[in-house]
Amino acid sequence: MSTASLELHDIPAETRPSYLNSSYGIRSWLLTKDHKRIGLLYLATITIMFMFGGLAAFFMRLHLIEPQGGLVEPETYNKLFTIHGVIMVFFFLVPSIPATLGNFCIPLMIGARDVAFPKLNLLSWYVFITGCAMALVAIFSGGVDTGWTFYPPYSSSYSHTAVVWMAMGIFIAGFSSILTGVNFVVTIHKMRAPGLTWFRLPLFIWAMYATSIIFILGTPVIAITLFLLGLETLLHVGIFDPALGGDPILFQHMFWFYSHPAVYIMILPGMGVVSELITAFSRKKIFGYSFVAFSSMAIAVISFVVWGHHMFVSGQSVYAGLVFSVLSFLVAIPSAVKVFNWTATLYKGSISYDAPMLYALGFIGLFTMGGLTGLFLAALATDVHLYGTYFVVAHFHYVMVGGAVMAYLGGIHYWWPKITGRMYPDVWARIAAALIFIGFNLTFFPQFVLGYMGMPRRYAVYPAEFQVLNVLSSAGASILAVGYAIPLIYLFWSMRYGPIAPQNPWGAKGLEWEAAPSPPPTENFEVMPVVTEEAYNYQPTEGAHSV
Amino acid sequence: MTTFASQTGLHQAAALIFPIQPPAASTIAGGIDQLYYFLTGVTLFFTVLIFSIIFYFMIRYRRRSPDEVPPETHAPLSLELAWTLIPSAICVVMFFWSSYLFVRNSRPPAASTEIFVIGKQWMWHIQHPEGPREINELHVPVNQPVQLTMTSQDVLHDFYIPAFRVKKDVVPGRYTSIWFEATRPGTYHIYCAQYCGTNHAEMIGWVYVMSQSDYAAWLAGGEQNESMSQSGEHLFSLLGCATCHAGAGQNGTGPSLAGLYGQSQKFADGSTHVVDETLIRNAIMQPDTVQLPNYKHVMPTFKGQLTEEQMLQLIAYVKSLGTEERKNGQ
Repeated sequence: MSTASLELHDIPAETRPSYLNSSYGIRSWLLTKDHKRIGLLYLATITIMFMFGGLAAFFMRLHLIEPQGGLVEPETYNKLFTIHGVIMVFFFLVPSIPATLGNFCIPLMIGARDVAFPKLNLLSWYVFITGCAMALVAIFSGGVDTGWTFYPPYSSSYSHTAVVWMAMGIFIAGFSSILTGVNFVVTIHKMRAPGLTWFRLPLFIWAMYATSIIFILGTPVIAITLFLLGLETLLHVGIFDPALGGDPILFQHMFWFYSHPAVYIMILPGMGVVSELITAFSRKKIFGYSFVAFSSMAIAVISFVVWGHHMFVSGQSVYAGLVFSVLSFLVAIPSAVKVFNWTATLYKGSISYDAPMLYALGFIGLFTMGGLTGLFLAALATDVHLYGTYFVVAHFHYVMVGGAVMAYLGGIHYWWPKITGRMYPDVWARIAAALIFIGFNLTFFPQFVLGYMGMPRRYAVYPAEFQVLNVLSSAGASILAVGYAIPLIYLFWSMRYGPIAPQNPWGAKGLEWEAAPSPPPTENFEVMPVVTEEAYNYQPTEGAHSV
Repeated sequence: MTTFASQTGLHQAAALIFPIQPPAASTIAGGIDQLYYFLTGVTLFFTVLIFSIIFYFMIRYRRRSPDEVPPETHAPLSLELAWTLIPSAICVVMFFWSSYLFVRNSRPPAASTEIFVIGKQWMWHIQHPEGPREINELHVPVNQPVQLTMTSQDVLHDFYIPAFRVKKDVVPGRYTSIWFEATRPGTYHIYCAQYCGTNHAEMIGWVYVMSQSDYAAWLAGGEQNESMSQSGEHLFSLLGCATCHAGAGQNGTGPSLAGLYGQSQKFADGSTHVVDETLIRNAIMQPDTVQLPNYKHVMPTFKGQLTEEQMLQLIAYVKSLGTEERKNGQ
């Protein structure tokens, strides 16, 4: 530990120079090139988008308490699930961990002063909010009723809603993903601290690297797809609509070529966060470092060749189905390897029950269920029955919400003291984590049963025999809503009133904890760190971490 | 007796309040359910395993003092290989099991009864070859394989009968098919399982599985329409198809259509395709894309002149030519 940072520590936290108090005023935030401030700009943006998406889900679950639909007209219900899906996927989950925690943590974790292209980083936020604005225009100018999948010919030739605005919003937000991906890849390649070799990198960095590659390779395809959809909608160029000479199955191939890898854009960063949390709160080196690291890369690669499993009943050939089925089983293996390694990391550890750890343990359990229920859908014969039902809805919410959102919240809580320099009330945080776990399971477990029973998704009304399970699901959603509201309140509260956080409140390893104060100064480190050991080395060895 | 009665009563009450299994009423449903239960078993096993280990470790290795430093453990390669290879082996079993069922279930038996389905926003139009038409209802005989040939008049739909465990997208501009053999008379749900617009949730109906004699009586009763192939034959002469493709069609302007359905044909562009419903449709709608060698390119398009129902009637007629020809040949 350098003497400089020790001296810094003696200065009262409120007056210590940090990225938060280096300059004031709205201009200093809107024109910042500091990766930490940009991370917070993203945090604010996606929190607002999450609230829109969550509100839509809340109304949906309220509506579905009654089989005949208790709240809104079918047309409105269709818009609600479309808004929920589009917002949550493209404007919350995809940017969630990479753009907030990735932006904030990557330079700190690799010992850099900023990302490789700070101006590009700010540009990508402006591009993102432009996309958000277009999506909100689409929502408030009447909404969109196509589902987040935009399947033509319904979306291009039959829906009379703001499809083009929404597609434009996603198209534009996609460029933000690409710019962020490029920035991260270059940063991770070129800006690591001396001694920080690839196999000393924290696993969060590996996960962000794998995610960035998918950003760069996958996002252009969804951009092209939505561009073509816009052409067909506006100019009636026959690309997807058979009445115009197009092919609707072509759209599905193009859409899922991005949107399946996008599932891994959402879950890989979560896996990276969980690797950090599990090690920090059990004070253990990760079990099987290289297996966890390479499984991220394996997932990134294989995820590009499994898209056809969304099309087993679309009229695709039996042989294509067989190939996509075997590849989909293959992508399950690296995920299983990660789950086993995280669990084994706990063995003989020193396990604390801090809130981030509760989220991480919840993640492992729920992701295990989400992953295993994916096998029902990778298997051709059972997918025929379960496709398009609530089973699919339950499955991907276990992965996306039980997995990605749990990890996101765990990460936010873990790095919150570093981000704000303040601690949040731990008791409330644990209560919220428990409520989210319970509420989540009550919301989505009944949906597995509904799906097997045959209830199709995207139904504004449904046969009465499905009511009990739907009411259970809606009851769970209300608990989940409370679980999400509590952190929103105490995290805001803590920014002003929380106790001052020490530099390393968790006793965690990693440059962001050991070499940078909380909150860090604009240039991150007083003295540039040098790395002399592997990640997560909790043993009291003679090797000093940083000089 | 009373216990039995109350038990049955309880059972029924439980089934009414909280059904957790759909009825299984086709020959393939049992096989799918077995695989489903196997997958459920594997899921439960690993979920319980992971949760138990996590809870055990959480308690056994809880932090006892703030400065505690746990001992280092090492990851043996054998363990890593074990938890890579064992899940892989389980996945291989799942893949072969499910693929076997899928491939088997994708081939309709030769003796299937064919029924036609047209999806449109937001109803199912069903046409029996013998003539009867239905809306949102499908009457089928028990213990008899039935093949549905389906198309859509507008957007994507998906024909789903949970009790039979069958589902397939219904796509405009082409024909997809499913088949099933119902095993239990009764009434079962039909759903549209591909989002198709405002009243998607109302695009539902019922399958009535009837005994074979009831089905025969049902077909014979009601208003007497002509059969689909008869309607198709009338259209065939009305639209002037017969001028070029007449009868046995020796040396006509166009090829004879007799015996063509189901045959592998070489086309003018050098490709070889089996003549199926979609190909016949394309030949009528976009004749320039489906050209037989040795014939002049003179066929006009009928795009925009035929309803989906008329198209199916024409196809039924062309198919009937095929079967008659083959019968004559034998």
